[in-house]
Amino acid sequence: MDVLQLQRKLREHQAAMLREGFLDDQFSQLQKLQDESSPDFVIEVVKMFFDDSEKLLNNMTRALGQVPVDFKQVDAHVHQYKGSSASVGAARVKNVCATFRNFCETQNLEGCVRCLQQLQNEYSLLKNNLQYLFRLQEEIQAAGGSIPTIE
Amino acid sequence: MDNNGCLPCTRREGFPAGLRVLVVDDDPTWLKILEKMLKKCSYQVTTCCLATEALKKLRERKDAFDIVISDVNMPDMNGFKLLEHVGLEMDLPVIMMSVDGETSRVMKGVQHGACDYLLKPIRMKELRNIWQHVLRKRIHEGREFESLEGFDFEGIHHLMRNGQDQCCDDVSLFALEDCISSTRKRKDADNKHDEREFGDSSSTKKARVVWSVDLHQKFVQAVNQIGFDKVGPKKILDLMNVPWLTRENVASHLQKYRLYLSRLQKQRDQKKCSSSGIKNPDLNPKDPGSSSIKNSMNKQQNVVSIDGFRCPNNGLVQLHESDFTVSELNKTEQRRALATNNIIPDPNMTKVSQIVLNQTFSPLNSEGNIEVFDCTIPTQYTWNQVPKRKLQDDPKSQSIASMVSSPSAASSIASSAVDNIIPVQSKSLMVNDQSSVTSNPGLKTQEFDASLIPELEFYQQNLLWGGEAAFSPLEEDLNFFLLQSECYNDMNFGMHNIDTSDYYYDPGLIADVPNHLLYDSADYSVVDQSLFIA
Repeated sequence: MDVLQLQRKLREHQAAMLREGFLDDQFSQLQKLQDESSPDFVIEVVKMFFDDSEKLLNNMTRALGQVPVDFKQVDAHVHQYKGSSASVGAARVKNVCATFRNFCETQNLEGCVRCLQQLQNEYSLLKNNLQYLFRLQEEIQAAGGSIPTIE
Repeated sequence: MDNNGCLPCTRREGFPAGLRVLVVDDDPTWLKILEKMLKKCSYQVTTCCLATEALKKLRERKDAFDIVISDVNMPDMNGFKLLEHVGLEMDLPVIMMSVDGETSRVMKGVQHGACDYLLKPIRMKELRNIWQHVLRKRIHEGREFESLEGFDFEGIHHLMRNGQDQCCDDVSLFALEDCISSTRKRKDADNKHDEREFGDSSSTKKARVVWSVDLHQKFVQAVNQIGFDKVGPKKILDLMNVPWLTRENVASHLQKYRLYLSRLQKQRDQKKCSSSGIKNPDLNPKDPGSSSIKNSMNKQQNVVSIDGFRCPNNGLVQLHESDFTVSELNKTEQRRALATNNIIPDPNMTKVSQIVLNQTFSPLNSEGNIEVFDCTIPTQYTWNQVPKRKLQDDPKSQSIASMVSSPSAASSIASSAVDNIIPVQSKSLMVNDQSSVTSNPGLKTQEFDASLIPELEFYQQNLLWGGEAAFSPLEEDLNFFLLQSECYNDMNFGMHNIDTSDYYYDPGLIADVPNHLLYDSADYSVVDQSLFIA
């Protein structure tokens, strides 16, 4: 597959992710911030987000596993995750966090657990999709092409 | 995007470039992003992930920064607390930020003295404009430099007679005069301080009391409380309760204040000020309809009668000396109002400004902002492949992981329809029981193109909705993969064989997507196969 096709796939994939709500405009903003002085800016930020995600999801899991559950603690983690997801434009994740927080407020354990599951789902999906995106980018660059930016 | 994100500086070369910003946020991702964004604005950025560390930095060198941007939620110290400290000790403008835009939170920020409240994700244009807060603050506080008399009332009146468009109430006028005078005297200031004309205290000859807007307001409050006729420096000092202020400071300030008022009185008698009084009617607390903020906050409601002013006759100020008591909230309201009618208008009225000024504010009711969900949502999909049992009853669930994998009874499926989220209606999400793997035989059996990039194919089928390691040619149209109903088993938390057909259905997000791309659980599990083949 040549560079043009790869670029097309990249564009399509990005567009799909945006369309389906995996990413929002913030991600485009991040891409715009990338420049010669920080050529891997987006990837670095996303990596930080991945690390953060795993840490926070673990925290939430642990917190929900305690008896009795400290909902304030859970909420704190979720709030943090909400902020983190907003940083990369992970719209779906962010939305689940919003719902999750409500359950924490009402101390609804089942709702919380469900949201945690959703979060884990969404995160995994997002991670895979982003990794695929980055892989495409890598291949394009390796083949000497340039990365098409999304608008 | 233009690389030089700074607005052209009209007064000094470079300014606002080089603005020294301190960013405080416990989230390292945000710290990195903000740093990058601020650097793009040509600002000088220092980052901090702890509030305590930030305070330390600020205290070490009081002049090291022009503005502070801080997150609201931090582990070691509440952002509002930091805000208070910075306001009290360093008197720097502070911008709050949060992913949480709830009105109550924003209001709290305003009350604690934040000059702005930004919602995450933050846009470049919002950051580009932060220099206005720096400038505004300095103008209002009127720092003294070489000015010997401090408040140069003559200077300001001279300027105003010349047609300066200045709308000030008494307080800011007072401070403004000072600032104008000092800047006039500093016209020939050395060029080293180009960037910080208004704020460079390192050029002061000796330490002086800076009669900031706040300080002056305290002063005036005290004066009014005592009664203008009975006032004396000692009494004022006691009432003001500002530890570092001396009786001498107050005495000299009082003298100036008296002179100033008497002069105003003369002017008022001479000319008729056509000031209708209130430039922003909403701020007049005498109007009971306005300012529900105050009502709901139950602050001390002494009347602010800042009758201020857009005085076409230049220089006429209507002053109500007797009613100058200001509640804390009003003070910030004033500043807001002042800010908007300032010489330098703030085009970026943030949510904060809008709230305070427009007064379209419903009474504080934090509960009103929280959407509580009813958990019982009828669903077509029962967890028929899963034993229905409540989480707590499951004796096998030792850890949350297994709790997670044994779903609760169908009747308490999570709520729907907030923020575009609809509950997982998945039959077999995270279940130990195997749900039928509705894989697409078409996908699986296709030979993959032995392309140069085999790994890509692995990722390809992990596209969007995830899937097993099925291989497919890269040339396939993407949409094809969007419809995958491959079971998704690449989860870290022990979730197996998720039926991706039952994923999140969000009408809002996918309104424009053609029907066949919807992953509407209702029909999907039946239809998908045929769609694929077709």
